[in-house]
Amino acid sequence: MSLEPQTYRITRADLVRYAGASGDFNPIHWSDRVATAVGLPGVIAHGMFTMALAGRAVTAWVSGDPSAITEFTTRFARPIVVPDDDNGAELTVTGVIKPLEGDFAQIDVTAVCAGEKVLAGAKAVVRASALRS
Amino acid sequence: MGLNPGYVGHTYPATAVYVVGREKIREFATAIGATEAIHHDPEAAVASGYLDVVAPATFAIALTATAVEQMIADPELGLDFSRVVHGEQKFAYARPIQAGDRLVCEATVTDITERAGNGFLTTTTQIKTELGELVVTATQKLVVRA
Repeated sequence: MSLEPQTYRITRADLVRYAGASGDFNPIHWSDRVATAVGLPGVIAHGMFTMALAGRAVTAWVSGDPSAITEFTTRFARPIVVPDDDNGAELTVTGVIKPLEGDFAQIDVTAVCAGEKVLAGAKAVVRASALRS
Repeated sequence: MGLNPGYVGHTYPATAVYVVGREKIREFATAIGATEAIHHDPEAAVASGYLDVVAPATFAIALTATAVEQMIADPELGLDFSRVVHGEQKFAYARPIQAGDRLVCEATVTDITERAGNGFLTTTTQIKTELGELVVTATQKLVVRA
């Protein structure tokens, strides 16, 4: 069963705010000069910011209660390049439910930006009773 | 100089107590756009059975950062953080983190491998209350680029 897709916009301002809130001040997430010097196409989003947005989607799917999430895992497959403009980048998060033993379900999470999957093997284990039907 | 493969199994001492603040949870929730009342309004959190505002699922990364700092500061491990990218992240939750929690991190190096000149460091960090209650287990794979 598929869950309702969630769409998020990521701008440079979001990356600055996330740097402060998370304590991850790596300049590849705010300085084009540093990002291009290490071979990136430009400033990229924190992998953990992308995971946080995927987590928002999962939380929305379990009726907004974080206690319904027992596991959350991902690999970081591809960076999200965030241009220095008002539009930024757009991330779409989709999920498919697979029943597990007992009152648990696995949500296979897909996160796509500019037509490419940015997370790999992303999944959450949740209490099935919390899923919105 | 690369990662020291003899460090697999090494456990770092527990980090200093991190007191989870209400405003820090609100700031983190705002930064990721999580507007649910449970993250911002203590009364809403209490009505849902919590003691205070509840952290979003990935807030635990702010805790594990203190354990990563320990590793960066350890010359025996040989972690060159300027070449690190985040490879994988897993959280297993016993319960959500809430404002007022007094938490420590105990990090163990669980795997070190090398492939095509890249180093891979896997660590498992137990986030516990200072009284020893396990709250979150965070497993992280860092890639040290060649």
